[in-house]
Amino acid sequence: MSEQNLPLWEVFLRARNGLAHKHVGSVHAGDAAMALQAARDVYTRRGEGLSLWVVPSTAITASDPAEKDMLFEPTASKIYRHPTFYKVPDGVGDM
Amino acid sequence: MSAGALFRYTLALADDALILGHRLSEWIGHAPLLEEELALGNIALDLIGEARALYAYAGTLDGKGRDEDGLAYRRDADGFRNLLLVEQPNGDFALTIARQVLYSALMHPFWRALAGSRDETLAAIAAKAEKESAYHLRHAGEWLIRLGDGTEESHRRAQDAVDELWPYTGEMFATDAATEALVAEGIAVDVARLRPEWEKTVADLLARATLTRPADGWMQEGGRHGHHSEHLGHLLAEMQYLQRAYPGAVW
Repeated sequence: MSEQNLPLWEVFLRARNGLAHKHVGSVHAGDAAMALQAARDVYTRRGEGLSLWVVPSTAITASDPAEKDMLFEPTASKIYRHPTFYKVPDGVGDM
Repeated sequence: MSAGALFRYTLALADDALILGHRLSEWIGHAPLLEEELALGNIALDLIGEARALYAYAGTLDGKGRDEDGLAYRRDADGFRNLLLVEQPNGDFALTIARQVLYSALMHPFWRALAGSRDETLAAIAAKAEKESAYHLRHAGEWLIRLGDGTEESHRRAQDAVDELWPYTGEMFATDAATEALVAEGIAVDVARLRPEWEKTVADLLARATLTRPADGWMQEGGRHGHHSEHLGHLLAEMQYLQRAYPGAVW
């Protein structure tokens, strides 16, 4: 058995209640149940998480790095989208 | 209750965990997949952790001043009380998985039962070990299903592994007068009562793996009395080397 024959799965881990699942890496496994086991064994050895997701890597549609100028560059000049133009009243305290 | 009986009972459980843990650690650097390398290493560490707790307790029962290292590293093969099953060499991946299934299918209900022991220390160790053994059974069981119900070769290897190890399963349910006395006092677990659950767990997994349950023929015994296969001596020679060569060596 070689890793090349086994599908790749992306692993998402939720560290605590109330947080979102975060991508932590990937594992090789023959099916979803084995991928979940592998994810547990590889990514939760130090008490990192409370919940795991595994997703076939082939199910992910990624943006093309060559299009990053078109996709992301135009937002750089739109600083008014950041909520930094308001005066926070003193009574509000920390936000 | 005799302290000697409780010492020997605890020691046998510790020896099972340590020897199987060491066997699994031999896969480090050799596992078929990176993911399995970590999985087998995790299970090995669970087992060695269980062994440490049990040895530490056994040492206090013994009262001869032996700590966990003394019990693990400075006894000879005939002093070990582990099951013959756990000292069997790793073989191929299928054999390692089959060995883990046969052992974990008993230890999961065993630890659950021991968690109700009147001995508070054993009960506490068992409560922790139960969760670990539940995963060990899940991990090995899922693999056994896929190996058995996999390719022609993986099926053959898985069946060979189960057939080869089956004669070592009888010893898991053997008992003696000292243990029965501990059972009567609510300290030890009556393994005979766990047999139906073990049978069902194993039968279900074998069926899902499209493997055949071997017939109960002649069973190999002796580990609980210190009569071991030649494999244990080789294992100990490697495991105990450092403490034998440099007694009392510490990090």
